[in-house]
Amino acid sequence: MFDICIIGAGIVGSAIAKELSKYQLHICWLEKGEDVSVGTTKANSGIIHGGYAAKHGTLKAKLCRRGNELYRQWVNDLHFPLDMIGAFVIGFNDEDKAVLQKLYENGIKNGVKDLQIVDGDFVRQKEPHLNPDITCALYVPSVGITSPYELAIALAENAITNGVELRLNSEVVAIEKEKDHFNITTHYTPLSVHFDYPKNIKAKMVINAAGLHADDVAQLVGLHDFKIHPRKGQYLLFDKDQGPLVNSVVFQTPTPISKGILVTPTYHRNLLIGPDAQDVLEKQDLATDASNLARVVETAKKTLSTFDLRKVITSFAGNRAASDRGDFIIEESKVDGFINVAGIESPGLTAAPAIAEYVIDILRNKGLAFTEKSDFKAHRKPYHHVALMNKEALNALIKESPNYGRIVCRCETVSEGEIDEALKRPVPIDTFDAIKRRTRAGMGRCQAGFCTPRILEILFDQLHMPIETISKNVKGSEIVIGRTKRALEEEK
Amino acid sequence: MKSSYECVVIGGGPAGMAAAVAAKRNGIKDILIIEREKVLGGILNQCIHNGFGVHHFKEELTGPEYSSRMIDLVRAENIESLLDCMVLSVDTKDRTVHAISPEHGYLQIKAKAIVLAMGCRERTRGAIRIYGSRPSGVFTAGTAQRLMNIDGYMPGKKVVILGSGDIGLVMARRLTLEGAKVEMVVELMPYSNGLPRNTVECLYDYNIPLLLSHTVVQIHGKERVTGVTIAKVDENGRPIKETERFVDCDTLLLSVGLIPENEISRGAGVQLDPMTQGAIVGESYQTNVEGIFSCGNVLHVHDVVDFVTEESSVCGEGVARYIAKNLQNEITHKLTPGEGIRSIVPQTINLNNLNEKVKLYMRVKEISEKRAVVASIGDQIIAKKRDIKFLPAQTVTLELKKKDLLTAAGNEVVISVQ
Ligand SMILES: Cc1cc2nc3c(=O)[nH]c(=O)nc-3n(C[C@H](O)[C@H](O)[C@H](O)COP(=O)(O)OP(=O)(O)OC[C@H]3O[C@@H](n4cnc5c(N)ncnc54)[C@H](O)[C@@H]3O)c2cc1C
Repeated sequence: MFDICIIGAGIVGSAIAKELSKYQLHICWLEKGEDVSVGTTKANSGIIHGGYAAKHGTLKAKLCRRGNELYRQWVNDLHFPLDMIGAFVIGFNDEDKAVLQKLYENGIKNGVKDLQIVDGDFVRQKEPHLNPDITCALYVPSVGITSPYELAIALAENAITNGVELRLNSEVVAIEKEKDHFNITTHYTPLSVHFDYPKNIKAKMVINAAGLHADDVAQLVGLHDFKIHPRKGQYLLFDKDQGPLVNSVVFQTPTPISKGILVTPTYHRNLLIGPDAQDVLEKQDLATDASNLARVVETAKKTLSTFDLRKVITSFAGNRAASDRGDFIIEESKVDGFINVAGIESPGLTAAPAIAEYVIDILRNKGLAFTEKSDFKAHRKPYHHVALMNKEALNALIKESPNYGRIVCRCETVSEGEIDEALKRPVPIDTFDAIKRRTRAGMGRCQAGFCTPRILEILFDQLHMPIETISKNVKGSEIVIGRTKRALEEEK
Repeated sequence: MKSSYECVVIGGGPAGMAAAVAAKRNGIKDILIIEREKVLGGILNQCIHNGFGVHHFKEELTGPEYSSRMIDLVRAENIESLLDCMVLSVDTKDRTVHAISPEHGYLQIKAKAIVLAMGCRERTRGAIRIYGSRPSGVFTAGTAQRLMNIDGYMPGKKVVILGSGDIGLVMARRLTLEGAKVEMVVELMPYSNGLPRNTVECLYDYNIPLLLSHTVVQIHGKERVTGVTIAKVDENGRPIKETERFVDCDTLLLSVGLIPENEISRGAGVQLDPMTQGAIVGESYQTNVEGIFSCGNVLHVHDVVDFVTEESSVCGEGVARYIAKNLQNEITHKLTPGEGIRSIVPQTINLNNLNEKVKLYMRVKEISEKRAVVASIGDQIIAKKRDIKFLPAQTVTLELKKKDLLTAAGNEVVISVQ
């Protein structure tokens, strides 16, 4: 019997798992995807927001600011990507300035201390490539950028190291409420390395952090009190040579019709523009399309007109888990011991650590005992990244493990050693995209053209997976379909 | 491992090998070829089809055969090579190559001359902005070629190919021979972008339809590709909405162009030509950075390997001259693309470095028939070449004689199609 079962391994589930792992609790963590962070957490702007935007008095406002502060503490132990580059909300006229003033006041109420209304010259000094017509801006130094999946992976690794039992490829399909516990049934579709987990789990409490599917999961225990509507946002990601066009996160002043389009460097210094917003019917619909992205480009040009569209390396989309209640839903439901953490749309990535604290408070108020583990490991080792290492460190590393000297991804300078390392980390992985998220192999300008055959080989060598079973991500996304006739003949 | 060489060649494909061999034959003793793969040969190793070497070796070879001939020459000349080693950057200040390898760790190798011969990479789905979902089953043609020919795996069985570049055409045939169904090759331009013989031998001979003035506008499928939407394009290459239609397939191969891989060159301060996306070089293939040379597909994308070998040999001679302090850096003549010409390599000439002549490699902008490529200085025509047909997919070559350049008044040579 587990004390707690967490459903969903997005940023919210990861932050909760990490925080709970400090205590003497027996925790099971279920995720239907083949890795952590494969839901909304993998495709968003990656901004650690300042906390000035959400309306004062909402949970969003309160938890966003607190989350921002917590990340800045957590990073010291967990070494995830975080770069506090600051943000501008730019304006072009007095009307915009009035809106910025309101944002400023809202931010002060929310406890954001470092806000500043600045003039166009101030913006230009920091951001020489932006539209010269900018007349004013709200400047927020305490805004940061992260790589959202690497962030979630870091939290998940720490949780697992401290005893949380993560089970991937395990979709929760039924939950029965007994007197003092829940019977949870999963549908298990393994790819390869994962253990053969039992399909039935008993847990005293359930935390529903299933993102876009939080309403579906809640319905499994008969709860129908909220609905999640997917709202798509599309992006264009540019080559690293476009990254230096901006140094900070640049938002446009929101108008009654539009929140504007964001222009930002990513943590790894690509240029990112987006997202727009469209309500879609299907939660899994992540297709991008030409007409919406043309609008994204048009709107982004108001901020920055000099990006080179030929330098786009990919487009992608993420779906917001918008609830019909408008604010985050974090509460014990009508079903005793079943806690909903739902409707976590933006700024959910930012708020996640504070959401975890908030959930612990709910559990504490229910009388759950929180005894700290004596052997809790606060520290998590970062990954080696050959691209970021100096000569001396590299030489020492290659001497110890020569595979760090063999580059398999030439665009991002990722070595075979880094892939070996990713496969040995706490989260058991066996897909291309999982390797890509950890090492950046395949993220670059050639979009995995060069490294695909090499990574197939490494997965074959390390995990003994037949090449035909190696997938991009989920089952059904295998890369190759079988041997060629020529290869079969040569073998004979 | 030695820490300095007279010449370091980056890239062990046909270009790097030919440049090294020529430098050696012209008196340079101390040469190192650095290659990231575990074998020399570069992209040729995965091109198992026929048709290489007709000009250079005067016989039809497969890619691996051509590369093994080149490797034999490298061996015969006793040229050192360092395999399984990736060059990360070139520092021009002290002319040092920075590289890493499993065996040697982080390497810094000094060189009097450096040859950039890193080849090219393929344009991707993102670069041509095909939207839709992101399932597996979307490959660049070269990646599919490597998976099939080196690793022995099939990328799919019902295939649409976008782009009629040569790799795409060759792969259409290869996939068909392996039992896959190639539904069609879709080409944005109103003409095929591959060599005419490939269009005939790889498509027409196998009844694979070639749809000109069409493109892929959307990719469908969640896990694996389930189909693509194609559309006709207008004269500006923009898809016409009304002509959109769905094509059922499990694989999309992209053969939409090659991009010279010049990240290292850029880092070294080498100036690039926006038309070729490769370095701007003189008649001896020296770039604007003294002691740094460039040849092969990293300089400009070639249609046949024979031209790579030929140009790289000239580059190797240039390296030898440079190391012997016999190469002059000033520019005496500039080559300018005129009417109908897209690009010219080399872009500049120093007459004093020429023996008798210089050979130019050019691409035309559009198809033309019964025309001539003409080189002129002012009003004076110094060279001319007629052909029944000029194609954008095909290299046009033209030789300029030193004596003609010497006698004509002026230093700008304009090349045009007339
Ligand atoms: C376009 C866009 C831009 C955004 N930008 C930002 C930003 O810049 N800054 C910011 O702070 N926030 C941003 N957000 C919001 C942020 O991305 C989300 O709030 C956050 O990622 C939500 O995390 P989550 O863990 O709740 O959901 P998810 O990441 O979706 O995680 C839920 C997990 O539950 C799993 N699951 C679902 N059903 C089941 C089941 N039955 N059994 C087992 N597992 C299940 C899913 O597979 C998934 O992994 C953005 C969102 C979008 C869409």
